[in-house]
Amino acid sequence: MLENYLPVLIFLVIGFGFGAFMMALGFILGPRRPDSEKLSPYECGFEAFEDSRMKFDVRFYLVAILFIIFDLEIAFLFPWAVVLREIGMFGFVAMVIFLALLVVGFIYEWKKGALQWE
Amino acid sequence: MTESLHNILVAIVLAPLIGSILAGLFAGPLGRKGAHTVTIVGVAIACLLSMYVFKRIAIDEIGVFNQTIYTWLKSDGISFEVGFLVDNLTAMMMVVVTFVSLMVHVYTIGYMSHDEENWPEGSGAGVNSYQRFFSYISLFTFSMLMLVMANNFMQLFFGWEAVGLVSYLLIGFWSVRETAVFANLKAFLVNRVGDFGFILGIAGVLMYFNTLDYASVFAVAEQHKDLTMNIWGDEQWSVMTVICILLFIGAMGKSAQVPLHVWLPDSMEGPTPISALIHAATMVTAGIYMVARMSPLYELSETALTFVMIIGALTAFFMGLLGLIQNDIKRVVAYSTLSQLGYMTVALGVSAYAAGVFHLMTHAFFKALLFLGAGSVIIAMHHDQDMRNMGGLRKYMPWTWGTSLVGSLALIGAPGFAGYYSKDSIIMAVGASHLPYADLVYVMVLAGVFITALYSFRMYFLVFHGEPRMDEHTKEHLHECPRVVTWPLIALAVPSVAAGAVFVSSMPFGDFFDGAIKVAHEHDTLAHVGEHFHGWFSMFLHGFVALPTWLAAAGVGTAYYLYMKRPDIPAMIERKLSLVHWVLDNKYGFDAFNQGVIAAASRGLGRFLWKVSDLLLIDGLVVNGSAKSVGLLAAVTRHLQSGYLYHYAFVMIVGLLALFGIFILQ
Amino acid sequence: MDLTLTSFAPAMPEMFLLGMLSLVLVVDLFLTERTRHITYILSLLSLAGTFWLVLDGYPRLPELAFHGSYINDPMAALLKLFMLLAVMVVLVYSKEYIKQRDMYKGEFYLLVLFATLGMLVLASAHTLLTVYMGLELLSLSMYAMVALRRDNVDASEAAMKYFVLGAMASAMLLYGMSLVYGATGTLDFALMGEAAAKLPTNDVTMLFGIIFMLVGVAFKLGAVPFHMWVPDVYHGAPTAVTLFISSAPKLAAFAMLMRIFVDGLGELHQQWQGILIVMALLSFGLGNLVAIAQTNLKRMLAYSGISHIGFLLLGVLSGTSEGYAASLYYAITYVVMSLGGFGMILLLSRAGFEADKLDDLKGLNDRSPWFALMMMMLMFSMAGVPPFLGFWAKLAVIQAAVGVGLVWLAIAAVVFSVVGAFYYLRIIKLMYFDKPESDAPIESSADLRILLSANSLAVVGLGLFPSSLLAICSASIG
Repeated sequence: MLENYLPVLIFLVIGFGFGAFMMALGFILGPRRPDSEKLSPYECGFEAFEDSRMKFDVRFYLVAILFIIFDLEIAFLFPWAVVLREIGMFGFVAMVIFLALLVVGFIYEWKKGALQWE
Repeated sequence: MTESLHNILVAIVLAPLIGSILAGLFAGPLGRKGAHTVTIVGVAIACLLSMYVFKRIAIDEIGVFNQTIYTWLKSDGISFEVGFLVDNLTAMMMVVVTFVSLMVHVYTIGYMSHDEENWPEGSGAGVNSYQRFFSYISLFTFSMLMLVMANNFMQLFFGWEAVGLVSYLLIGFWSVRETAVFANLKAFLVNRVGDFGFILGIAGVLMYFNTLDYASVFAVAEQHKDLTMNIWGDEQWSVMTVICILLFIGAMGKSAQVPLHVWLPDSMEGPTPISALIHAATMVTAGIYMVARMSPLYELSETALTFVMIIGALTAFFMGLLGLIQNDIKRVVAYSTLSQLGYMTVALGVSAYAAGVFHLMTHAFFKALLFLGAGSVIIAMHHDQDMRNMGGLRKYMPWTWGTSLVGSLALIGAPGFAGYYSKDSIIMAVGASHLPYADLVYVMVLAGVFITALYSFRMYFLVFHGEPRMDEHTKEHLHECPRVVTWPLIALAVPSVAAGAVFVSSMPFGDFFDGAIKVAHEHDTLAHVGEHFHGWFSMFLHGFVALPTWLAAAGVGTAYYLYMKRPDIPAMIERKLSLVHWVLDNKYGFDAFNQGVIAAASRGLGRFLWKVSDLLLIDGLVVNGSAKSVGLLAAVTRHLQSGYLYHYAFVMIVGLLALFGIFILQ
Repeated sequence: MDLTLTSFAPAMPEMFLLGMLSLVLVVDLFLTERTRHITYILSLLSLAGTFWLVLDGYPRLPELAFHGSYINDPMAALLKLFMLLAVMVVLVYSKEYIKQRDMYKGEFYLLVLFATLGMLVLASAHTLLTVYMGLELLSLSMYAMVALRRDNVDASEAAMKYFVLGAMASAMLLYGMSLVYGATGTLDFALMGEAAAKLPTNDVTMLFGIIFMLVGVAFKLGAVPFHMWVPDVYHGAPTAVTLFISSAPKLAAFAMLMRIFVDGLGELHQQWQGILIVMALLSFGLGNLVAIAQTNLKRMLAYSGISHIGFLLLGVLSGTSEGYAASLYYAITYVVMSLGGFGMILLLSRAGFEADKLDDLKGLNDRSPWFALMMMMLMFSMAGVPPFLGFWAKLAVIQAAVGVGLVWLAIAAVVFSVVGAFYYLRIIKLMYFDKPESDAPIESSADLRILLSANSLAVVGLGLFPSSLLAICSASIG
C-alpha cells in the first residue's frame, strides 16, 4: 500500500536534491573576491533610500486573493469538461448550480467595492 | 367511564392549588375581595366535584379508580408517581375535607376581616396578611387532597409533609407574636419525630416490597406475614410489626397521640378557622386515615394493633381530663379534639377501622362546628378567649348558641346526634375485642364519655349561661356575628345532627368500606357488634338505655350542678385536690420533660457539635481549610492563562506529547 | 449513475439553507442601515424554514446520501433542531447589542448562517472529508465573527489567537485523519470500524491518528489541555459572538466527536477511552478551579463551560449507548444554560457598557427581581442543584460513568461539581445580598426579555419533567 507513494517520494527527493544541487553548485564554483564596494548596498549610484523590504499596498493582496479564489474554482471546470459526456445532464445541472453560487460571490465582491482600486 | 373521572379528579386537586397560587402570588393586584373570591371558587369547585365523585363511586358504585396520573421519575426499577386511588374511603374523605374547607373559607371572611389589628403598627409582615391566609388554607386543601387521594406511599408522604408545612405556617401566622412562633416551632419539631418514624416505615415498605404502590403492596402483604428482621442483637422482629409501628409513629405525630400530642394545644395560637380546619377536622385525622388505609398491613400484626389501641386509650382518657381545668375556650376544644382522636385510634386498634373513620367524619363536622362557634364567640369578645370573662352569651348570640349546643350534644354522644352513632360503635367494638388489655381500655373509654360530657358542658355553661362577666365596654358591643360567620355554622350543624343516622347502617355496620378496608376475620369486632344492629332508629332508641348515654347525662348534670348551681365547689375541689390539680395544670409534665430534658439535652448536644465538630473540625479544617486551599489553587492555576499566544500553542503541543507519552509509550 | 432528487433528500435542509444564504447575501447588498432589519428577518426565516425541513424529514432509520458521505439519522436531526433553535435564539438576543456596537451589518448574519451550515454538515458527516468540510466552514466563519469589531483591541487579539490556535488544531486533526486513512484505507465511517478492527491491537499508526484527531476535536470542544483559547476568546469577542460560540458549535463539536469516534472508530473504544478520561478529569478539575478566581463573568462562564465539557465527556467515554444519550442530553442542556447565561449579560449591557464583570451583577435583585430570579435559576441549574435541568444532566452522565465501573471518576466529578457550586452560588450572593453599584434601568427590548425569561424557565420546566428530553435523547442514539 505504501509503495504507491514511492513515486511521490522520489519526486520529492529529486525536487529537493535538484534545488540543493544548483545552489551548492553556484556556491562551490563561483569565484569569491569581496571588497568594500562590492559589499555595500547599491542603488543606481546613490546611497540606499529605504528598507529593501518594501511595503505593498494591502489592495494588492485583496486582488490576489480574489484571483486565487476564482481561479481555483474555475479550474474545476476543466476536469468537468473532460467527463461531461459521461455525467450527462446531472453533471451539467450540478455545474450550473456551482456557477450560480460563484456568481453570487461575484456579485457580492463587486457590490462591496472589492474590485475598485480607489 | 374512568377517563371522565380522571379529568375530574385532576380538577379537584388543581382548583384549590390554582386558587392558592393566585391569592398568594398576586395578593396585591387581587386585593382582599379578589383573593377570597378566587380561593373560595377554587374550593367550591373541588367540593362540588368531590360530591359528584362520591356519588359516582359510593352510590352508583362504578368501581374503584386507581390510576397513575403522571410518572415523575423512574429510578432503579422504582417509579415515583402521582396517582389517585379513589374508593369509598377516599371519596368520603374528599367530601369531608372539601366541605369543611369550604365552610372555613367562607367563615374566614368574617373572622379575618379586621386582621390588620392583629399586627403591630407598620409591621412589614402584616402586609397582605388577609390574602396570605386565604392562600395558605387553599394550599392546605390541595395538600390534604393529595394526601387522601394518593395511591402510593411517595405521594402520601408528599401530602403528609405538605399539610405539616401549611400547619406550621398557619400556627405561626401571627409571626410577630412570640408565643405563636414558639408554638409553631414546637409543632414542627414534634412532627419531625413522628415523620422520622413515618419515613422509616415507608423505607421499610420499600425495602421489603420493592414498590411504593398501595395496591401492589397490599396484594402481597399476606405473604410477608411471617418475615422477620434483625434490628440489633440476635432478636428477630416481625417485619410487619416494625413497619406498622413505625408508620403509626408518624400517625402519632400527625394525629397528636400521647406522647407526641404536646403540639396540638399550643397550635391554638393560630387563627381559629385553621384550628377548626387543620387542627380539628382534617389534618390531625390524617393519621387515622392512614392507618385505616393501611389496614391490610395492620391486620397482619396483633402486636401493632395492641400498641395502637393502648396509645389511643391513653390519649382518649388522659387528654380528656386536661380539658376539665382549661380556661381558654379554644384549649378546651383542643383537648377534646385530642381525646376524640384517641377514640378513633382505639377504634383502629380493635380493628374497627370503619367505626374509626366514621367517627372521623362525624367528628370533622361537629368539631369544626364547635371551633367555628368558639371563633364566633371570640370575635364577639374582641379576641378575648378566657371563659372566666364570658357568660350569658346566649341572648346576645342566638345562632352561635344554638349551633354550639348542637355541636356539644353531638360531641358527648347524645342519642340521635351524629357523635352518638359513631362513638357508640367504637365503644361497642372495644367491648367485643379480644386483644390483650381490651377490658382495661373498655373501662377507660367509658370513663372518657363521662369526662367528655363534663368538660363540654362546663364550657357550654360558662360561655352561654349564667351571669355575664365581661367588662362593660365589651358588653355594649356584644352582638351576633355577620352572616358569613353564622351560615357556615348552620351548614355544619346539619351534618352534625344528621350524618350519623344517615350513614350508620352503611359505614360501620354495612359494606361501605369493603375493598378499601380489610379486616381479618378473627379481628372483626364490628361484625360481632353488627349482629345486634337493626337500623339507625332502633340504635337511637337503644341509646336511652345504654350505659354510655347515662354516663354522658351524668356528666352534663355534674357540669350543671358544679358550674351553674354551686360555682364554689370547683374552687373547693381545686384546693382539696391541689396535687391532682397541679399535675393536670402541668399537663402531666410532658412539656416540662420535653423542655427540661429532651430540648435541653438536644441543645447541649447541639452546642457541643457546634463548638467542637462544626466550628473547629468542619468549619475550621474542612470547610475553610478546603475553601482556602481551593482558592489558593485557583489563584495559582489562573496564571497558566498568561495571555501569550506562544504559551498557548506550547501548552497544546505539550498536551499532545503528553498524550503520546501516556498512551503510546506505556 | 442513478441520481434522482430523492437521493438528495437527507441533505434537503442544508441545501435550503445554502440557497437562502445566497439570497440573504445578495439582498443585503442592496439594503441600507435603516432597512437592515430585512436581513435579520430573512435570516430568522431561513433558519425557521430549515428547522421545519429538518422536522419534516425526521428520520426513523438512518438515511445515506452522496455515496455514503452524508447521513441523516435521528441523532443528526435532533442535534440540528437544537442547533437551529439555539442560533435563532442567538440572533434575537444579540440584535440590540450589535446595533449599539456598530456590528449591525449583513456580515454578522451571513457569518452566522455560514457557520450554521457548517454545523449542520458536521452533524450529518459520514466520512472524514465531510467532517473536515463542515468543521472548516464553521471555524472560518467563527474566526471572522470574533474579528468583526476590527477596531476593538481585545476582539482583534482574541481573533488572532483563535485563528492561529484553530489552524494548529485543524492541522493536527487533518494529520490524524491522514494517518487513520493510511491505517484503514478508507474515509467512510461505515467501513472504517471494520477495517480498524482488523488491525493489530495498539497499532501505532492508528494510535497516533486517534490522538491527533482527538486533539482536533478536543480543541473544538475546549477540553483541557486544548482549552487555552476558550477564556481569551470568550472574553475578547463581542458578547453576541461569545453567545454564539458557546452555544450551537458545542453541539457541532459533540456531533463531530460522536461521528468520528463512535460511528467511525467505535470498535476502538478501548483505545480512546483512556485519553478521554484524562481530558474529562482535567477539564472539570481545572475548569471549576480556575473559574473561582475569575472576576469577569464572561471568563467565569468560559471556565464553567470547560468544566461542563469535562462532564459531557464522561458520558461518551463510558462507551455505552446510555452514556452517549446522557452526553447528548448534557450537550443540549449545556447549550440551553449557556444561552441563558450569556443572554443575561446581553440583557444587562447597554451602549458603552458591557456588564460583563461579576460586580455588575451586584444587587440585581433590587434593580430587577424577575431577572435576578431567572439568573438564580440558571446558576442553580449550572451548579447542578435539583430539580433544575443541570442536575439531571449531571446525574445522567455520572450514572453512565458508574455504569461502566468508573466509580472513582464519578466521585471526582461529584467533588469538582461541589467545588464548582461555589462560584455559581457567589453570583446568587452578589445578586441578592450586595448593594447595586449603579441604579441604571435595564434597557432592553421586549423580545429579548420574553425570550430570555422563556429560556430560563425552560431550565426549570425541563428540570421538573426530566424524563421527556432524556427519552428523546435515548431514542436518538438508538
